[in-house]
Amino acid sequence: MEIEQFMNSSLLILIPLLPLLGFIINGIGFRHLPKNLAGVIGSATALGAFAISILAWNGFDGQPQLVKLFDWISIGQLNIAFSFQIDQLSLLMLMVVTGVGSLIHIYSVGYMSHDEGFGKFFAFLNLFLFFMLLLVMGSNYVIMFIGWEGVGLCSYLLIGFWNKVTNYNNAARKAFIMNRIGDLGFLLGIFMIIQTFGSVEYLDVFSKAANGSFSVNDSVIIIITALLFVGAMGKSAQIPLYTWLPDAMAGPTPVSALIHAATMVTAGIYMVIRSNVLYSLAPATLGVVGGIGLLTAVVAASIGLYQNDIKKVLAYSTVSQLGYMFLALGVGAYTSAMFHVMTHAFFKALLFLGAGSVIHAMSDEQDIRNMGGLRKHLPVTFWTFLIATLAISGIIPFAGFFSKDEILAHVFEHNKIMWGIGLVTSMMTAFYMFRLLFVTFFGKFRGTHEQEHHLHESPASMTIPLVILAVLSAVGGLMNIPHALHGGESLEHFMAPLFELSKQVNPDLFEGHMEHSTEYILMGVSVGAAVLSILFAYNLFISRNTVPAADKDVTGFAKVLQNKYYVDELYEAVFVNPMRKLSNLLYSFGEFLIDVVVNGAGRLVQISAGRMRLLQSGETGFYVFAMVIGIVVILAWNFLLK
Amino acid sequence: MLTLSLILIPLFAGVVSLITKNNSAKQLALIGAVVELVIAIVVYTQFQPTASHQFGFSYPWIKSAGIAFAGGIDGISLLLVMLTAFLTPLIILSTFRQPYKNASTFYALILFMQSALMGVFTATDAFLFYLFFEAALIPVYFLAAVWGGENRIKVTFKFFVYTIFGSLFMLVALVYLYYQTTSPQGHTSEISAFYKLALDAQKQGWIFWAFFIAFAIKMPVFPFHTWQPDTYTESPTPATMLLAGIMLKMGVYGVIRFILPILPLGLQSWGTTAIVLSVIGIVYGSIIAIQQRDMKRLIAYSSFAHVGLMSAGVFSQTLSGVQGALIQMLAHGINVVGLFFIVEIIFSRTKTRNIEQLGGITQRTPNLTVYFMILMLGSVALPLTNGFVGEFLLLRGVYESNVWMGAIAGTTIILGAVYMLRLFQKSMFGNKSSFTEHFADLSFSERAVLLPLTIMVFWMGLYPNSFLKLTEPAVSNLLQMIHY
Repeated sequence: MEIEQFMNSSLLILIPLLPLLGFIINGIGFRHLPKNLAGVIGSATALGAFAISILAWNGFDGQPQLVKLFDWISIGQLNIAFSFQIDQLSLLMLMVVTGVGSLIHIYSVGYMSHDEGFGKFFAFLNLFLFFMLLLVMGSNYVIMFIGWEGVGLCSYLLIGFWNKVTNYNNAARKAFIMNRIGDLGFLLGIFMIIQTFGSVEYLDVFSKAANGSFSVNDSVIIIITALLFVGAMGKSAQIPLYTWLPDAMAGPTPVSALIHAATMVTAGIYMVIRSNVLYSLAPATLGVVGGIGLLTAVVAASIGLYQNDIKKVLAYSTVSQLGYMFLALGVGAYTSAMFHVMTHAFFKALLFLGAGSVIHAMSDEQDIRNMGGLRKHLPVTFWTFLIATLAISGIIPFAGFFSKDEILAHVFEHNKIMWGIGLVTSMMTAFYMFRLLFVTFFGKFRGTHEQEHHLHESPASMTIPLVILAVLSAVGGLMNIPHALHGGESLEHFMAPLFELSKQVNPDLFEGHMEHSTEYILMGVSVGAAVLSILFAYNLFISRNTVPAADKDVTGFAKVLQNKYYVDELYEAVFVNPMRKLSNLLYSFGEFLIDVVVNGAGRLVQISAGRMRLLQSGETGFYVFAMVIGIVVILAWNFLLK
Repeated sequence: MLTLSLILIPLFAGVVSLITKNNSAKQLALIGAVVELVIAIVVYTQFQPTASHQFGFSYPWIKSAGIAFAGGIDGISLLLVMLTAFLTPLIILSTFRQPYKNASTFYALILFMQSALMGVFTATDAFLFYLFFEAALIPVYFLAAVWGGENRIKVTFKFFVYTIFGSLFMLVALVYLYYQTTSPQGHTSEISAFYKLALDAQKQGWIFWAFFIAFAIKMPVFPFHTWQPDTYTESPTPATMLLAGIMLKMGVYGVIRFILPILPLGLQSWGTTAIVLSVIGIVYGSIIAIQQRDMKRLIAYSSFAHVGLMSAGVFSQTLSGVQGALIQMLAHGINVVGLFFIVEIIFSRTKTRNIEQLGGITQRTPNLTVYFMILMLGSVALPLTNGFVGEFLLLRGVYESNVWMGAIAGTTIILGAVYMLRLFQKSMFGNKSSFTEHFADLSFSERAVLLPLTIMVFWMGLYPNSFLKLTEPAVSNLLQMIHY
């Protein structure tokens, strides 16, 4: 038994350790290893972590399993252990991170094959996996924070991967700094957790929070959850900390798929679900979470309507979908949020990888106005992209339909107006996605002859991951089919133990039951709305063959949308430039002023000490110097005599 | 004996260096510093993690006055002794590619400095502490004044006046405390005797300020810092490393040794003021660093900001804050020495420290890039590097004593990223400039300096308990004196 447990826990340690090893091997040897080997090492470690995650899944007995490695930081009574916790939530995240992660590693072997930084790229990808796995496996908030900042670093390194280009470097820096703003909130939240609960271990904190000493909407819990949510806003790109994510598209496309769509950006949702006991105790914070989520969802979707860069459309779509997930969390639908995290990981990773395949074929062109008619040249890419587009648009029976519908149903119970805005958002989503699909893959090719000549379907290492993700995007909804459709709600049952304490401390949050007839109507409405949007897009871009206008021809509100509501400009004017000016001012004037004041004060003291003349003549230094010499002489004298 | 030899070995090596030829001085200095490091490692391995002073020595000095030549090592001293012993050989090694005129004097001064620093960190007699505190100033003054940049005379004089001025206040405070002690033989200047004094609140207030100004100038804490960026920038890089890596820790150390245990009532009245000044320094220094172009000056301001956090942590009088300050002193010493060395490496190849003129260095230098990146990450406190452990504990300590100060101090993790990432991007990334076109990657001796530093970055980041455990008994003991 003990041996078995030892085997088990050491196996679990291998999950993050394998990618770390891959990072070290590729990181140290990337200039010496042949390309093939670097790719194999990088992918093999990811696949290995995936295989062990499956073993862990199979061996899971329903009880949280703790694996303690060592005491990391001990200070007085507080002991922060380096330890892992395996439970339903971490297992689900493990499957997504290592599963989708492996596919993207394999895809990158093809995508990055011509890049001189091939080995470095795999080193960074592996390092990212390592930190992401720490994030989801840690058994306390500080380990989560390690992973949290670590993935931020990898995001920084990979956004700026092509570091000769200043714009890319700026985007990388922006991402890191915006995330750091969120991280400060997270860190202060941790301090408050320590102060309130005397521990950072999840199991300790949650059992203490649920032991009856905190009432619903206790101010301490509200502040803790709000601070943690600030961290989530940064990492998961919510208003007002979202502008880094679209810029992050500067990174190689597999990075956008893995980090900026499928895994890292969902860390904020993971954090809220992980802390669900605290959030259930603080409905006030949940209200803010839901509000910000909804606002982000609709704002980002509206920006997506007028973007012409294939990756920018997907980036705003990601921001919007993340908003959807926070909306779900805001109404207490934790399982639905997680469900959407998973289906979104499938179809959004697929969309990005598909976009990568297009960009690869188009010789690095990203403007969809210069594409068109690609479905004949890239059949596999086209069909898989179509499936993902159907999934994200919420068309039955693709994965996105089930998860999105579940969210909307919960929101409907909670607040009809929010449901209405959510529905409009999903219509916009269907529109911009089919706009993207039609403009890219249908009609006539609008690029240069050279590009046309070069058009080709991507190699198998790239198309196989596309196909696998397409299958998952098609059938991923089976995980959690609602009762109304005679499903078993498997995910709901699997995750139920995670929310037992929440139900205990705030049962109201989980009340409400929906008639099947209502559910059918809601499903019908949302699918109908999506189909309407698609028909509209079809009419515009297929029947009338419209191509999105050149930038200079865009006017009115469309121009505002195309320019992302000028939020970047606003931040530049309100935060960045004033900070620069303040920096210059403090340096040129502040320092001078302090010199004057301190020297003046010093002189005042000197006057009162009656030593003005000596000091003003500038001989102080030598006076004191002489004194020290004197002391030294006295010292030596004493030694010599005694 | 071990403690005494820590003070005497570099003194002796310095004297030998003075009388050797210029061209063999650096090898000799390195040998001296390595021997010192070996002794320090012996001390480290034999040290018992308790609150008491160990390896003590005591010789009567001015017997009639009760002043002794006495020293010893507790956990707090040990950490700083290790820092000094670890960094000095690396600082000497960092000069190997750079010929300095009058090398024998140059290296002798570095070794004298080390001797004085060891004295400061191990003295258990207040006047001996003062002697070393002053003596440490002299070598670095000459290093800056003789081997420094264009404005060296003006700048070093400012530095000298500032620090001497502060020290005079401390001398007054020490003399006063000395006259308050009573023992069968009359007065005594043992530091531990000062701990037993129970002065009234008003007196403690005065003495608090006398000590505070001395240590605040040394660290430096806002608004006593204006000597620091100039001095760091104008000094030759080895002297800058000594100043930023080790010497500023004398100020933090002084606060821990003197202010915390002797002046609990003074702290009660003025501790918050000290925290506020320190926190202002964090934000003020960080904001100024954002727009600096001279790499050295940028790191100088960042160092000023970092030490502000250490000071705030110490004045928070919490276990977390003081422990954080101790581990951050070690971490900051390592990171800042590494960063200044990288500035020196870049300057020696390009003859410029202006980041606007640099760029694209990474294209030719994978090794330099990795070391620079690691040290930068340590400096911006990324988890699993040394900087995180320090900042985490410090911020938590400040937060514990005052939530708002903790939150404002916390902006250091944002602003730190702003200026450090800018520094890294402008110098390493982007296109090559005419200055960086033929940039050569690290030489063997350069790697020999950077490798130990980065090993420490990860060791402290991955297993900080090996350091925290050493100091915790001594720190708890000190803190108990405050909360009696």
